[in-house]
Amino acid sequence: MQGIDSQLAGFVRALRAAGAEASLAEAIDAARAVALVGYADRDALKSSLSATLAKSEEEKAICDEVFELFFRVPERGPEADPPADGSGQDGEQPPPPRTGDADVDALLDLAEQHAAGDRGAMAAALQRAGQKAGVDDIRFQSQTAYLTRQLLEAMGIRKLEQQLQPGADAGEADMDGEGTVLRQALAAARARLQRQARAHVEQRFALFGKPATEAFMAEVAVQRPLGRMSPADMDRMKGAVARMAKRLAQRHSHRRRITLRGQLDLRRTIRANAGHDGVPVTLHFKHKRVDKPRIVAVCDVSGSVAAHVRFLLLFLYALQGTVADLRAFAFSNRLRDVGPPLERLPFDDAMNLILKEVGGGSTDYGQAWQDLYDQHWQLIDGRTTVLVLGDGRSNMTNPRLDLFGELAARAKRVVWLSPEGEGRWGTGDSALLQYRPFCTHLGHAATAADLERAIDEALSAYG
Amino acid sequence: MPAESIHPPGLASIDTVTATLASVGYIATRQIATAVYLAQHLRKPVLIEGPAGVGKTELAVSTAKALGHALIRLQCYEGLDDSRALYEWKYGKQLLYTQILKEKIGHLIGDSDTLEGAFGKLAGFQDMFFSREFLQPRPLLQAMEQPGGSVLLIDEIDKSEESFEALLLEVLADYQVTIPEIGTISAQVPPLVILTSNNTRELGDALKRRCLHLHIGYPDAVLEQRVLRSRVPGLPELLLAQLVAFIQLLRLQNIRKPPSMAESVDWARTLLLLHADALDEALVRDTLNVLLKRETDIAEVQGNLGQLAQAAVQAASAPTSQPAARAPA
Repeated sequence: MQGIDSQLAGFVRALRAAGAEASLAEAIDAARAVALVGYADRDALKSSLSATLAKSEEEKAICDEVFELFFRVPERGPEADPPADGSGQDGEQPPPPRTGDADVDALLDLAEQHAAGDRGAMAAALQRAGQKAGVDDIRFQSQTAYLTRQLLEAMGIRKLEQQLQPGADAGEADMDGEGTVLRQALAAARARLQRQARAHVEQRFALFGKPATEAFMAEVAVQRPLGRMSPADMDRMKGAVARMAKRLAQRHSHRRRITLRGQLDLRRTIRANAGHDGVPVTLHFKHKRVDKPRIVAVCDVSGSVAAHVRFLLLFLYALQGTVADLRAFAFSNRLRDVGPPLERLPFDDAMNLILKEVGGGSTDYGQAWQDLYDQHWQLIDGRTTVLVLGDGRSNMTNPRLDLFGELAARAKRVVWLSPEGEGRWGTGDSALLQYRPFCTHLGHAATAADLERAIDEALSAYG
Repeated sequence: MPAESIHPPGLASIDTVTATLASVGYIATRQIATAVYLAQHLRKPVLIEGPAGVGKTELAVSTAKALGHALIRLQCYEGLDDSRALYEWKYGKQLLYTQILKEKIGHLIGDSDTLEGAFGKLAGFQDMFFSREFLQPRPLLQAMEQPGGSVLLIDEIDKSEESFEALLLEVLADYQVTIPEIGTISAQVPPLVILTSNNTRELGDALKRRCLHLHIGYPDAVLEQRVLRSRVPGLPELLLAQLVAFIQLLRLQNIRKPPSMAESVDWARTLLLLHADALDEALVRDTLNVLLKRETDIAEVQGNLGQLAQAAVQAASAPTSQPAARAPA
């Protein structure tokens, strides 16, 4: 089995930076595939890498994007300049000017080859120097200039620049023809190297820096209090919540029937074999049925809790169908079923509509329980988890503990999430401590990560 | 790595794979051909995802047909377990044999007077009831036992449970099945394994890691024309261009279940049967239920059917020379 060459290793690293998970085993598969297919056929290479490294539709999109960036076809556009501006010279080329210093001459060669359209050597040199200068560690765009310089230094541009400095050791032949030609060649080479180095660093930023920064920002947003989100964070959060929901869905993808192998269901076996004179020809095994989680979410949408409700519903609706049967209600004083608008409209529009129609009244928890009792009591049974999101601030109205107690007795579990910290529970008009004894779990949900944990726990009860 | 000669000549290179599949009427894209090629040469299963009816299962069927291998199909469903997928002891037969042989066994051990002696004698026969004679091979084991190689199709793996994926890991990684009473049975010729998934459930990472992954989406216009030409021969070129343009437009509409390749083939056959030679609104309206299978979807497009048909006819007539020029030689 072959090792992984540095090109492929770089590609795998770029892929990971872009958020696609590629394990070592998959990288080895990719290396074997590349060994079979080779680098020459671009299409085949692309499909091979995609088949071995990207394992979902989203990852395939990422993989194709990174592929285009990474294995960029060197462009031969206007940059590939004509041999020289003086068109009369094409008869015989003067020997390219040389300084006598081997390192500087190597750079001059490189620039000349590149100008003549041979991009391979330059690319390889940039790659090598880039590794030395740590260009792949780039995280922020502001590092571009610095890393470009580092890259040039690693290529040894300093010596070339010394030769360019006025008066520096080109003393004997200063202003005559040969000196000027040399000086022009050096300046041109420097400009070309700078351009190429910058392009290289920018490409690396697109490959490694940008996705890493995005991933980092999303990570931060998940831990940020939901009440204090900037609009940019909100957008980021949508992606993050979708990913978290997917993770949860994966963990709780339910099994409705688990066969307990080896445990004979004696009653059914005897009945089935009555016809065989009691000789057990057909066997029946015991199995147990697993309930599909059923969640009834009751959300307070008064001003202080609105942002949290948005994320909870976003979360729950991402899980809808695959994992759980979900009913969602919102209230400030009267309870309303928010399922239909959420199913019918795009999420943001639905949320705005709900906040407009339901929010704004003065909060009354007692009335909400009463409405739930009157209209939707049949939803609550021994399989239901009731998820309450609210701060329990009921404007000194009757909290209707009798109804809430009955609800708690009827439901499988009652999980209450409060956007306020524990220290503020029961202060002012908060009735949270009165509700507390009836809750299976009462927790502080400030961030998206908290919400994920709470939902995870709610779903875990159905095993 | 095994010698090159083990690989069937039909899968020798990516281009040969394309040609091999084309010989049985399966038009493969470059991605599909690459995946099949790699599956054979890296000895890895291919996991195919994508919407229903784009030719996932058909790929396995066509590959088996083109290579002349046996196709062994394991249809997954909720509750599928190892006794249905791997092997099963023929319990009834075992029971029957013990009943019939009861006398004989009594006779055999009758002449030993000590318990140890009888036990020792019995021990000699014990394995008889757990031998190949009483083994009922199920698809996974069957695939291992094909002497000439086989294509193993594990269809709709997302319908099974996660525990079943774990069961597959040994089979897919080492191409062997371990039966405690008999031992490990390794494949004589490793089968070409194709798994399909409609993505109703996210598959486990462990399984995905062991597979090559191929996503087949809805075909583009050029590919769809090629497929229809191969699957429904005798379709007039003009009608072909029009119906493909229409289906491409239809997929852009706001419908729950867009028509896939299978539906286009059905529709093309329907139109051929009706001796239609050009698309018009009335024709589309009469045959729409071949393309759309949901009442709500039909209601959704009912209103602008005329417009769509018109647009399709125009789109097909505008670059009229183009599809013909692009047709494969």
